[in-house]
Amino acid sequence: MNNLTTIAGRQFRSYFNGPIAYIVICVFLLVLGFLFWQTFFLQERATAREMFNYFSLINYFTLPAVTMGLLAEEKRTGTIELLITMPVSDAQVILGKFLGVLGLYLVMMLLTLPYVFSIASLGDLDWGPVFSGYFGLLLQGMALIGIGLMCSSFTDNQLIAFFAALAISIFFFLVDKFLPLMPRELHGILGFVSMDLHLDLLRRGVIAVRDALFFLSVTALTVLVAFRALESRRWS
Amino acid sequence: MSNAMIEARDLSKSYGPVHALKDVSFEVSRGEVLGFLGPNGAGKTTTMKILTCFIAPSGGTAKINGADVFDDPMGVRRSIGYLPESTPLYTEMLVLEYLQFVAKMRGYTGTDARKRIKKAVEQTSLEDVIAKEIRALSKGYRQRVGLAQALVHEPPVLILDEPMSGLDPNQAAEIRELIKEIGRERTVILSTHDLGEVQVTCDRVLIISKGTLVADDTPEELRERSGKASYRLVVAEDAQGDEARVRDLLGKVKGVDRVRARATEAKGELIFAVTPSGSSDIRRDLFQAAVDGKFALLGLEKKAEGLDAIFRDLTTGDAGVPSKPTKTKAAASAEDKKAEARAKKAARDAAKAEADEDEEKDS
Repeated sequence: MNNLTTIAGRQFRSYFNGPIAYIVICVFLLVLGFLFWQTFFLQERATAREMFNYFSLINYFTLPAVTMGLLAEEKRTGTIELLITMPVSDAQVILGKFLGVLGLYLVMMLLTLPYVFSIASLGDLDWGPVFSGYFGLLLQGMALIGIGLMCSSFTDNQLIAFFAALAISIFFFLVDKFLPLMPRELHGILGFVSMDLHLDLLRRGVIAVRDALFFLSVTALTVLVAFRALESRRWS
Repeated sequence: MSNAMIEARDLSKSYGPVHALKDVSFEVSRGEVLGFLGPNGAGKTTTMKILTCFIAPSGGTAKINGADVFDDPMGVRRSIGYLPESTPLYTEMLVLEYLQFVAKMRGYTGTDARKRIKKAVEQTSLEDVIAKEIRALSKGYRQRVGLAQALVHEPPVLILDEPMSGLDPNQAAEIRELIKEIGRERTVILSTHDLGEVQVTCDRVLIISKGTLVADDTPEELRERSGKASYRLVVAEDAQGDEARVRDLLGKVKGVDRVRARATEAKGELIFAVTPSGSSDIRRDLFQAAVDGKFALLGLEKKAEGLDAIFRDLTTGDAGVPSKPTKTKAAASAEDKKAEARAKKAARDAAKAEADEDEEKDS
């Protein structure tokens, strides 16, 4: 447990030791602010739903970027060898990395709170959907971080990890957009794997086990695959 | 046996059809500095990765400080300090920050951690750069940081993969001193492809080639072997062929400097290495000793292998072998380039060694 938090802490700080965290957060806030406030006043409604919508959209691009180096870079430079030959288990390494990025993601989420308070000051904000919206973002973030971590565990090239994670993430985003073109029998399953449809419900304030379970399964599955991939070095 | 800090038994590792390591066994006792010598790609790094539990052997097993790499990998990891090849470090961290991270990972906190870091920093003379980013350090200092992180938990065993490569002669000399000092209290395995390196730093030398051990000697023995011819006798083990008796008899032969019993390859056979004091051929005298002593001589050969010659054989032999063709696709092209560079270097070394020998002959 102790090692887990040490690894997570190092990973989290490594973002802030270099320029990465500042660049990502800067770009993220700029884009989010632009997209959101541009349309906010046209709606004339005090709701944060559109913010959650844009936030989740940006996640498909930023999270592959912040996760691409997690294992790929350590493998390229060889630091993974030092890390793993300390008294830690592979599971601690993987989970530590996961929590480290999650920490960065939580910071990004926190930094959007001023938006929410601004909206609340402008009108009568319904706080229910705000909580469920943030809950949805947390779930989506975990799933996307899992996907990024998994892709990073396959290669020692950050760029490959990035584009692989991006491709998978975009699939989860786009899959419901193509539903009308798909055979009717597939609608059920394709609709279920669409991140956007699950998020839409959460944004409206509906917290259903079904939606949470979807994101948690993706997270668990990808983290498990990453763990197996890391472990496979021993036998290859 | 119980004194062995490291016990490797029949270690094998294959990557697909390629055998990187074949039945390598050795022991290292407490307080010994062992040099692992061999050309690049001979299996040094693979052996070290197995000993540190980074990869698992395909066959055989190893014990470090009594802990087995399969049954107790955490115990193994607690007993070792490891410096991988090319000193990978988190370059965006400060030296102190990095050592704090390592201490924490090793389970030390508070004043205990501070004391240990202080000691490691003093041992490796890092005081001046402690507040610098690792990326800003020279190669020599990085190497010291690598050593410091391996020393924080004061492990009984240190495993150093090419600790001297890429350093200028001054830096290398400093690191060498450091390793010698560390080696007084600890068991150290270091790998290198530099012959001179081994002779000054190590108590014992293992030479590995194409995944198999080809020599296990002290540097003195190696030097002797490289200087003069030696004789190898195979004697049948029986009433007349008692080890102590034969050694005694051989020692009395005129022109014999030293007789040592060697590890036997087959049952019922004794093997002796005889070092002559002069340069004249003493095979006739050795044979006569066998006749007089009534022990059965199964083999007698004169060997004139120099250490350089041995090493050159290994190096040139290795250059033709493509290294690990079964890697992940992403790593393959980089690996190929490395192998190519390696082969070129090996060829250069070989040519140089040859030239050196020619010079010797001329003079």
